[in-house]
Amino acid sequence: MLLYIMEFAELIKTPRVDGVVLHRPFMPTVEGTLCLTGHHLILSSRQDNTEELWLLHSNIDSIEKRFVGSLGHITVKCKDLRVIQLEITGMEECLNIASSIEALSTLDLVSLMYPFFYRPMFEVIEDGWNSFLPQNAFKDLESMTDEWRLSEVNKDFSLCPSYPPLVAVPKDFDDETLKKVATFRHGGRFPVLSYYHKKNGMVMMRAGQPLTGTNGRRCKEDEKLINATLRPGKRGYIIDTRAINVAQQAKARGGGFELEANYPQWRRIHKAIERYNVLQESLIKLVEACNDQSHSMDRWLSKLEASNWQTNVKEILTTACLAAQCIDREGASVLVHGTEGTDSTLQVTSLAQIILDPGCRTVKGFQSLVEREWLQAGHPFQQRCAQSAFSNSKPRHEAPVFLLFLDCVWQILRQFPCSFEFNESFLVLLFEHAYASQFGTFLGNSAAERARLCLPEKTVSLWSWVNRPQELERLTNPLYEPNSLVIWPSVAPQSLLLWEGVFLRWNRSSKCLDEAYEEMVHIIEYNKELQTKVNSLRRQLAQLETEDPLLHTP
Amino acid sequence: MEHIRLPKVENVKLLDRISHRRRRVGTLYLTATHTIFVESEAGVRNETWVLHSLVCSVDKLAATPSGCPLLIHCKNFQVLHFIISKEQECHDIHLSLQRLSQPESYDELYCFSYKPNVDEKERRQEWDFLDLKADYSRMGLPSSLWKLSPVNQHYKVSDTYPADLFVPESATPPVIVGSSKFRSRGRFPALSYYCKDNHAAICRSSQPLSGFSARCLEDEQMLEAILRSNPCSDFMYVVDTRPKLNAIANRAAGKGYENEDNYSNIKFQFVGIENIHVMRNSQQKMLEVCELRSPSMSDFLEGLESSGWLKHIKAVLDAGIFIAKAVAEEGVSVLIHCSDGWDRTSQVCSVACVLLDPYYRTLRGFMVLIEKDWVSFGHKFSHRCKHVVGDPKEVSPIIDQLLECVWQLMEQFPCAFEFNERFLITIHNHFYSCQFGNFIGNNQRERIELRVHERTHSLWSYLWANRTDYTNPLYRPNHSQTQGLLRASTSPYSFKFWKGLYNRFDHGMHPRQSVEDYLRAIQEETQQLEEHTGEGLHYIREVILILWLITVHSYYKSKEKKKIPPGCFSAFDKSPTVWAPGNNLGLANTPQDYTGGFITGSPCQPKGPDSILLPKSTNQISDASFSNGSDQESGIADLSCRSPLSEDSTRDPDSDEAAYSAA
Repeated sequence: MLLYIMEFAELIKTPRVDGVVLHRPFMPTVEGTLCLTGHHLILSSRQDNTEELWLLHSNIDSIEKRFVGSLGHITVKCKDLRVIQLEITGMEECLNIASSIEALSTLDLVSLMYPFFYRPMFEVIEDGWNSFLPQNAFKDLESMTDEWRLSEVNKDFSLCPSYPPLVAVPKDFDDETLKKVATFRHGGRFPVLSYYHKKNGMVMMRAGQPLTGTNGRRCKEDEKLINATLRPGKRGYIIDTRAINVAQQAKARGGGFELEANYPQWRRIHKAIERYNVLQESLIKLVEACNDQSHSMDRWLSKLEASNWQTNVKEILTTACLAAQCIDREGASVLVHGTEGTDSTLQVTSLAQIILDPGCRTVKGFQSLVEREWLQAGHPFQQRCAQSAFSNSKPRHEAPVFLLFLDCVWQILRQFPCSFEFNESFLVLLFEHAYASQFGTFLGNSAAERARLCLPEKTVSLWSWVNRPQELERLTNPLYEPNSLVIWPSVAPQSLLLWEGVFLRWNRSSKCLDEAYEEMVHIIEYNKELQTKVNSLRRQLAQLETEDPLLHTP
Repeated sequence: MEHIRLPKVENVKLLDRISHRRRRVGTLYLTATHTIFVESEAGVRNETWVLHSLVCSVDKLAATPSGCPLLIHCKNFQVLHFIISKEQECHDIHLSLQRLSQPESYDELYCFSYKPNVDEKERRQEWDFLDLKADYSRMGLPSSLWKLSPVNQHYKVSDTYPADLFVPESATPPVIVGSSKFRSRGRFPALSYYCKDNHAAICRSSQPLSGFSARCLEDEQMLEAILRSNPCSDFMYVVDTRPKLNAIANRAAGKGYENEDNYSNIKFQFVGIENIHVMRNSQQKMLEVCELRSPSMSDFLEGLESSGWLKHIKAVLDAGIFIAKAVAEEGVSVLIHCSDGWDRTSQVCSVACVLLDPYYRTLRGFMVLIEKDWVSFGHKFSHRCKHVVGDPKEVSPIIDQLLECVWQLMEQFPCAFEFNERFLITIHNHFYSCQFGNFIGNNQRERIELRVHERTHSLWSYLWANRTDYTNPLYRPNHSQTQGLLRASTSPYSFKFWKGLYNRFDHGMHPRQSVEDYLRAIQEETQQLEEHTGEGLHYIREVILILWLITVHSYYKSKEKKKIPPGCFSAFDKSPTVWAPGNNLGLANTPQDYTGGFITGSPCQPKGPDSILLPKSTNQISDASFSNGSDQESGIADLSCRSPLSEDSTRDPDSDEAAYSAA
């Protein structure tokens, strides 16, 4: 630990500067002392009642500096899309601060990340690391069907490095068969259970692409495995999240897709969900459009269109709806995969569950979904969220895959505002913590990495913090009325809106919208209060009437 | 009736706009006032009523093997796609509807035959509901600075102006008349809004007939008088709402704009709102985008951009903000004009008023505003909304843009308006429906000639009677957001596409649960609870008092006993009306066409009770097109929400099969 601290100390060229002025949009200017610590940029006016700025270095996406005389301006652009300005007098101080921030915000070593140093200032009521264990989730499944078993074939992560140690597979397939299937699927990601639809017993599975290559290689065990999930005489759907030509091209690199001839009981559907740097580009362009100050309507609309962000939202949501439709309306099982099965595949499987399963629309259920379908399922959070929309460096593995998923959830929430137990703030919170956090939940790229990093022992889980009454209160939707039905969102362009809560969050004052939200809460709270009052009056009355026989004696 | 060639056609198909594979079969009726489609399915009686006056165009398309398509576009943005099996029948319906939907004289309009069950006394009272004079006295007028001028009695000075007008105290009749001669259509500068706190006023007029160099002393005096009516300010703004180029072009025709050199202490400004023709084409383009079947996101956004619609809305709002700020922050009076001063000028005056004065954000206030800036100041409703056959170049959605500006503001300030979106949409519907007399004709003089107040009903009292449907549950009169000037954002991203209006009848596109309806239901329940707790507390106090009396009584005196009479507190015993949870919204929800039509062969979903998802029907008026409107709403919704996985196992020939391209 000491070693680490020394390492930070080396990076911090100037730990403290006085007389720094902070400009934030829609907030009063603050003048105070700027301090750099190993993990935070802190600006404090040292006055009561003035909000301090605590910014995680890991939240900083990029910085820019410029000088007007000896007055330095540092623009700090954050991964949560906030942009703040610091004014520092003195060229040397400013340069030192800038280079220190740059060094501290680009530390690559996971073990130096803040979650390993963070000590909670709150009492952990329920340890989030134990809240969503796969064996518990499986118990629910067992109560509905006996066709599946939990396999430990991947317990040392050797068969599939991106899978968790426990996966649900068809009961009749032993681990030896699974090992064979794993060699036929990208990254060893053999088909596993993602969702069981209680209503009709249909299932959704996910996997990596089959490694058919140009020769049309096949794997009998793979065919048998997925066929085992079909009811006699029924067909299933394979949803390939890539356009057909992309899937074709994948053959040349050893990948491919299920050939009709080998999978006669399955119908393959290709959908074109974008991936990797295309998505990252889309995010960068969208954020650029939102920050354009030109005030020209034409320019805004054409930039919004050119960013393709809304197109991506529509495509992902449509594919998820399609998967849900196959399961619920067609009574067919579904297998979803793209290339690796760690990005677009998870967007589709998780959104389909939100549509189909009311349980996923509760606070706990949604956390469990993120845990199951994203963290356990091996979405490489650390790689994807290393940089956000303001990064100057060339994107490597960055992509706003999870943010797009959250955006799609927000779209459904907008269309069914009473069907979710959580509110928009919860989605925004997940976005923030996926990119920079004091909690260990989104560290690492897979269950295997998280195990190696000993996160449960060394860091605090985001869920431990979120699942406390005072936080939950802020994140709960006052309009919630459990809705046990499947909810089918509209995917018409008119119905899909720009997620203002994330993309315009720092560009406009949200005062009036916040007031409206408070007003809404007030209306509902007041109603509840009165209900309680009426009930207690009724009880009081009943009591009075029984207690005093005089009232009843004629 | 003589125009109806065919009163009834059977076996007509009504196609869903989005997915043509979904269709309903039924009988089509033509009546003197409505087209009615009655679905002939056992058990359900589903009717779609369309008022002839709401029909914008009727097109007969090329016949197909399944029949002859008839496409009806309505002014409230409803689109109906019928298939009539026999070409001759389609032809007859087409001709009849074309004639019925284009009245040749005012007397044919629906308002003159619309007779709800209201007696004559009540009908006359309807017209007393709004009083513009009351609004002017609310502003503090007449005052020592502004007076009511009789100069336009009998519409002698300007035949498109109202009879009652407020002018500066110092403006003498010769000045007014002289000024009017120097203004298009005699529309001299008159007061639209007066801010009694700082004496700043909004005045309106038409363009001056200045040409390249003409001057008019009286007009200059008139502006001087306006300036002097604001003792706190030493200059005034003259805002020409036209693009500069248009104004310059007008000079060649002997019209134009004010020369700053000729008028003392004016600051002249163009704000660049396009003319009625640009607006008409823009809305047309936008509607084409709304009507696209399964557009991609790019199709939609590109189409929206190239229509220019939101750009125009922004221009109107920008102009309104400029004026509102001049009045509220600088305390400077403003004279607004465009060419004739009845389109852009009305828009900008109204938007500024809504921004400035919380009163115009209330239900009654907004009605007053339309009555003031539009109806009385001679916005040419009958021409712009094509109530009767006429020059198509006169048609333009100027009033739609006012409603949209207000809607955009409502999105930014959810607590600031007493009314809701439904209120705006209902008003929009009736600008065009001709069901009420309010908007018939092009100015006050015409309405008097048509004896509108004697022969028709008024929309305003109808809306007021049904105001619970139009109330915003988030509105509180004392809320900080409700007070004072609205500081609206006009960043382009603050403008949204108004699907509630332009895709009004595509129910599948709208949120399936309405927060507003939910809150309204809660508020209704709260009200009941309040009554109950009030009664309850009162009752318990009484019981306690009685018990105490009894105890005291029995202790000291006799054994006299008292009993509460049964039922004296029945209201409290009744449990409050249980509020149906969650609007029960999910029930009716069925998937859209996510597949491009490749999945076939699954059973058709039974029809869900979609109507519960829809805005509450407001059919208090019998035989009103609005009540019929709500019928058609539920009808259409049934259709559009039906499962795309229809029983019809043939593939849709024109569906996009690209997605399903098995290798």
